[in-house]
Amino acid sequence: MNGLRAIRIGLWAIVGLAAIAVVALTVGTGPDSLLGRFLTGGEPAAGSPGVGSVGGPFSLVNQRGETVTEAALKGHPSALFFGYTYCPDVCPTTLADLTAWMKELGPDADRLKVFFVTVDPERDTVEQMAAYLAAFDPRITGLTGPPPAIDAMLKEYRIYARKVPQEGGGYLMDHSAAVYLFDNNAAFTATVDYTDPPSAALAKLKRLVGVS
Amino acid sequence: MLRMTLAAWAAAFLAVSPLAAHEVKVGNLELTQLWARATPPNAPTAGGYLTIANRGAEPDTLVAAASPLAAKGELHVMAMKDGIMTMRPVEGGIEIPGGGSVTLAPDGLHIMFVGPKAPLREGDRFPVSLTFAKAGKVDTFLHVLAIGAKGYGDHDMPDMKMAP
Repeated sequence: MNGLRAIRIGLWAIVGLAAIAVVALTVGTGPDSLLGRFLTGGEPAAGSPGVGSVGGPFSLVNQRGETVTEAALKGHPSALFFGYTYCPDVCPTTLADLTAWMKELGPDADRLKVFFVTVDPERDTVEQMAAYLAAFDPRITGLTGPPPAIDAMLKEYRIYARKVPQEGGGYLMDHSAAVYLFDNNAAFTATVDYTDPPSAALAKLKRLVGVS
Repeated sequence: MLRMTLAAWAAAFLAVSPLAAHEVKVGNLELTQLWARATPPNAPTAGGYLTIANRGAEPDTLVAAASPLAAKGELHVMAMKDGIMTMRPVEGGIEIPGGGSVTLAPDGLHIMFVGPKAPLREGDRFPVSLTFAKAGKVDTFLHVLAIGAKGYGDHDMPDMKMAP
């Protein structure tokens, strides 16, 4: 009986693997698909970054016009959010959430460095970032820069961003909407997902800054 | 066109949120929970939301939205898939089925105002014109709630002044 059961389990395992393969093929492997990026990048996809695969060097400019590099992520925990100021929904919501969470953390939030990195450097100039961020916690650092520098950072940090042209010449951006959390050594630890309830998000940030 | 109902006034006084709610009727449609989000300085876009109930038997369609205080209004739908936010114009407008209702809310259907002439400030009323295929056009306003407001009855929002 035990032998039969082992065979049965083995067969189901094969069925399971086959199902996963079918799903992978159905989801798509085009260059724009998540899986496509996963395959071409040889690293975990943007939606579920693996620990250690997210992060790297960058050189951008903050809303005061000062150069900021990956050195700014060392020696303290950090939270990075990627968005754009033309975004009416997710971006102001997330920045308002971050502002509320930082208030909730109180002085502990001083250890945390929060960055808002634009995925739309063509329209998000230093001046635009400065004006926009005035509505949120002043400890939030906005980052922009020449499009190639932004592209390089998005690649290092496994951020999906795609320009979607609109009628009349404008465009929208599809982009990863999570907040990426990094430890004192700039190592990626977790994401706060857009769908996380506020209590879960706050718990993740508290863990990150070392308060319980 | 714009009518404050007794119920709406009662709700305004009794509800946790001290909003002076208003309700708009146009043809067979009832518009409630009309609101927009306050915008950060220089924000080139603003989101507008409402609930549309169709008391008629025939479907109607929201085909356009505009404001004298914005360069243009577009009907959009936002979706979140695999952690990626996508936003697209809604082709052909937003249909409200006969006897049914549709809610425009954050993270889904919304009006996107492009090029607001000034930032939307919390507590303001933002004028809007809505055009329906059958019910026609109606001019009303959206209550401007906090930047981070997630819904009309958002209890997290800071206190608002009672509208006169």
